[in-house]
Amino acid sequence: MSESDTPLLTVPLDALHRELGAKMVPFAGYAMPVQYPAGVLAEHLHTRSGAALFDVSHMGQAEIRGPKAVELLETLVPGDIQALGIGKTRYSVFTNDQGGILDDLMISKLADDHLFLVINAACKHADFAHLVRHLGGKVELRMIEDRSLLALQGPGAAAAMATLCPEACAMTFMTIAEITVAGIPVLATRSGYTGEDGWEMSVANADAEKLARTLLAAPGVMPAGLGARDSLRLEAGLCLYGSDIDTTTTPVQANIAWIMSKRRKTEGGFPGAAIIQKQLAEGPPTLRVGIQPDGKAPARAHTEITDEAGNRLGEICSGGFGPSAGGPVAMGYVPAAFAAIGTRLKLVVRGKAMDAHVSALPFVPHRYFKG
Amino acid sequence: MSSKRFTKDHEWISVEGDVGTVGISDYAQHALGDVVFVEVPDSGRQLAKGDEAAVVESVKAASEVYSPVSGTVTKGNQAIVDQPGLVNEDAEGAAWFFKLTLANPAELDDLMDQAAYDAYLKTLE
Repeated sequence: MSESDTPLLTVPLDALHRELGAKMVPFAGYAMPVQYPAGVLAEHLHTRSGAALFDVSHMGQAEIRGPKAVELLETLVPGDIQALGIGKTRYSVFTNDQGGILDDLMISKLADDHLFLVINAACKHADFAHLVRHLGGKVELRMIEDRSLLALQGPGAAAAMATLCPEACAMTFMTIAEITVAGIPVLATRSGYTGEDGWEMSVANADAEKLARTLLAAPGVMPAGLGARDSLRLEAGLCLYGSDIDTTTTPVQANIAWIMSKRRKTEGGFPGAAIIQKQLAEGPPTLRVGIQPDGKAPARAHTEITDEAGNRLGEICSGGFGPSAGGPVAMGYVPAAFAAIGTRLKLVVRGKAMDAHVSALPFVPHRYFKG
Repeated sequence: MSSKRFTKDHEWISVEGDVGTVGISDYAQHALGDVVFVEVPDSGRQLAKGDEAAVVESVKAASEVYSPVSGTVTKGNQAIVDQPGLVNEDAEGAAWFFKLTLANPAELDDLMDQAAYDAYLKTLE
């Protein structure tokens, strides 16, 4: 059976998405809402000005329990999980022996012996097999399949939550807590992937629709789909696995070396550490940078990047129109010598070399709630 | 005669005298979603029937607009270049893409009239 013949999995909110008029598309094996009747542009802009609710239940959730959970997970990720406080969340990656990235993930510490992971939909089975292969028998591993994941994002998210769960508003960016939203138990992180303030809420499948309806009924909240999520994270300069990072890019090349603490950079102890340490010391061959076309034409993924003389430098990994930026925005890999902000580049769009330059990331300032 | 004719790629053309006006159908703009970028052909450009003549991009994707007939471009519509969202608002009216003088008016006979196009759209559902 070809992939297109494989029946799509449905998320618990499937019926609600259809009731709301969502356009459902195949994504990582699931039927997911790409947009609602308002459209990607309106959903994107509303997320930046008000609040939007995203269903990200296709993503994987997992937990690791056991007295050695932290030290064992550190053998697979370069993040400093020892230094992570209880109730804190950290962005990290699984690396391979070449220092490439197998997936990016969120790691939360619920207790010294209890970690909660959120991993990408398309990678979740491979990630879990990876965890079992390396940590199986040494810790308790559980793929969480009975919970949905909803993300409330935007500067209006806190106002929407204020009446439903006042204690949630005391949380700061990248913290996790068990809270009750309108009577519904939720494991919430104050995070998201849009560059805005907000919460990601893990909720029992049986309660997912009630939670979604409650949040959608809050003042100023509208539903938003994966289309808006993608343009929001691109403007925020955040990596999409499979586009901006993959097994051929190290965290250093991806320009996310900040996910490693000084201790992990020095000690290593994760797959591909030697290669990553060498790149940290000598500089990586290529780097992910923000790229802003000077004109209006969007440069999409795989658009060729050249220098001003027309020599190939690399390609765009993610690109398109940034509704809040008000024009085209992109990210791409270029040799380190071309990574300085302001460096002039050309982008070959439909056979024509268009002017562009290396731009600071993010394109739209992050507005996380730091307290 | 100024009634519209349509291609299977969802372009429309309306002809007055020997000048055709070309755009994309309302169905096409709806399928594309929010249009954020448009490129129209320069005056004087020679187009054969089926040539890529213009580009229309939504937030997510780029699409080509093909010329429904052969001819010489006389004008591109600057209004939609300046304001791409107009394509969503009035695809079959103010948001035309370009005008051209027809090289071979008989090519129009290969295109669908409104009734045939509506029937064709039903087959896509």
